[in-house]
Amino acid sequence: MELFTNQVLAGIATGAIYACMALAVVMIYQAIDHLNFAQGEMAMFSTFISWQLMQWGVPYWGAFIITLAFSFVAGIAIERILFKPLAKAPVLTNVAGFIALFAIINSSAGLIWDFTIKQYPTPFGSAPFLGSQLISTHQAGMIGVTVLLLLGLYFFFQYTRIGLAMRAAASVPESARLVGINTSWMIALGWGMATAIGAIAGMLIAPVVFLEPNMMGGVLIYGFAAAVLGGLTSPFGAVVGGFLVGIFENLAGTYIPGVGNELKLPIALALIISVLVVKPAGLFGRHIVKRV
Amino acid sequence: MSAAEEVVAEGHEAVEAVPKRAMTLGTGTSVVVLLLLIAVPLFAKNFVIFQLTQLLYLGLAVLALNILTGGSGQFSLGQSAFYAIGAYVTAVMMEQFNVPYFLCLPVSAVLCFGAGFLFGQPALRLSGVYLALATFALATAMPQLLKLNFLEHWTGGVQGLVVTKPDAPFGLKMSQDMWLYYFTLVVVLAIYILSVNLLRSRSGRAFMAIRDNEIAASAMGINVALYKTLAFGVSAAITGVAGGLSAIAVQFVAPDSFTITLAIQLFLGMVVGGVGWLPGSIVGAAFIIFVPNIAEGISKGLSGAVFGVLLFLVIYLVPHGARQVVVQSEAWIAKIKQK
Repeated sequence: MELFTNQVLAGIATGAIYACMALAVVMIYQAIDHLNFAQGEMAMFSTFISWQLMQWGVPYWGAFIITLAFSFVAGIAIERILFKPLAKAPVLTNVAGFIALFAIINSSAGLIWDFTIKQYPTPFGSAPFLGSQLISTHQAGMIGVTVLLLLGLYFFFQYTRIGLAMRAAASVPESARLVGINTSWMIALGWGMATAIGAIAGMLIAPVVFLEPNMMGGVLIYGFAAAVLGGLTSPFGAVVGGFLVGIFENLAGTYIPGVGNELKLPIALALIISVLVVKPAGLFGRHIVKRV
Repeated sequence: MSAAEEVVAEGHEAVEAVPKRAMTLGTGTSVVVLLLLIAVPLFAKNFVIFQLTQLLYLGLAVLALNILTGGSGQFSLGQSAFYAIGAYVTAVMMEQFNVPYFLCLPVSAVLCFGAGFLFGQPALRLSGVYLALATFALATAMPQLLKLNFLEHWTGGVQGLVVTKPDAPFGLKMSQDMWLYYFTLVVVLAIYILSVNLLRSRSGRAFMAIRDNEIAASAMGINVALYKTLAFGVSAAITGVAGGLSAIAVQFVAPDSFTITLAIQLFLGMVVGGVGWLPGSIVGAAFIIFVPNIAEGISKGLSGAVFGVLLFLVIYLVPHGARQVVVQSEAWIAKIKQK
């Protein structure tokens, strides 16, 4: 039993990483209706920016704020310059665009900062949390930040005019335009916010997985899986999905014989798919009804 | 869940409707392309012939994805898994059981059809991103499954298998590469013609009806579940043949040649060639084979970035892929003829 609780705790700790990423994925999905495959790379690039700032002597929180502002603006710029011209192109062409963006960011980061692994500081310290060996204060801090972000987003979307406008622009663009919402800028704003959230996720994840251009590969896959499991329409679902995926992954690695590190991912994904077969819109997602 | 909570989405289809006549080339153009494909190797070096063979079998794999996505509107990131099954079946039969290579391909096709058809069953309940994730899972699982211990006796585990390259039969004076090229060409052409006919048939129309509107299709009496899984099966079978051809041409199979990267390349090939336009598959295959080399030639350190920029250029200029180029030039030719 102790092994079980320990594994669940460890799962929650890794789950916090996935939850962070899943939240960013859901944000952008809400705004633009696509999964952004380059999201992880964008987060990685932001994290490198903050690392570079700290190398130049900026204190952690200063670098944190500057990186958030930079990511927000960069997200908007990417949308305006690269993806606005593709707004009328088919969905699959947009997906190809994300893959292109992925290649561009990954390769440039590799050239600027090279592929060696770098240490990244944590603001929370890495002592054991409440005497538990499995969760460090950093991981507890990460869970705290994720929950705070979620609450912040909930209030933003539920109680502010601009949040309402963004929701309207995403769900019924035509009607939103008729009541005077600038839907095109709402999409750009969505990109900006998603990039900023991705940056937070990146900066929180970097102390755990270390900083390098390919750090987000695995994380993004789990983040997608978490977002899809929780239901792509629900930020809350994304966070729950993130923790569930983390726990699944750890338990599968411990209890299913013959499952090494290699098979963890396929098994976690297979479990998620079996959940989806029963609940096709994810655990907390809203069912989308199609009009003929 | 209450009805008030439901969201109504309309108008946004994942894959655009391509009329079935627009899916192929005219007779005149087809003959010219065919003559080119037959003549070019006679004047090329062995390495170029090998690349052309690669172009043909990757084009075949893109075509398979095109039938699935462009034809029936289902999205798949798992094509690399079926490609791997096809390649391994062919390689194992050739090397461990000494079966002649041309007999291995049909077996690859049948086994992959089965795998695709079975995988299509749970995939039935999923669509869009959810289906993408499911197929993605298949693609990530496949290299790990191929490395499993109890299969190692046949598959050679992580090391992979070396495949012997076949000689030209009947004492033909032809290099192995050239023989393989013509062999591949015949197989690919046969499958291309079958695919075109499939899409023009009753089943093809059913695929397209499902792609354009699933609810309307089922209201017209189309067995949606059957045709969706059938599309998966057919696509997997063709991908399997492509995989088998690749095993013979590359002379080597290993689990790590069939990762998700391959599935993503096939997807890019489909988009560049034009979703739902079968002849575009070969253009798409050319893109995924040659553009990374060009990018590397421009800048070694930034080859990924250059590739990304080139890809962006292509999708800006022609968001609908090679199909758009052909459709536009046809319109221009018609205009010139009128004057």
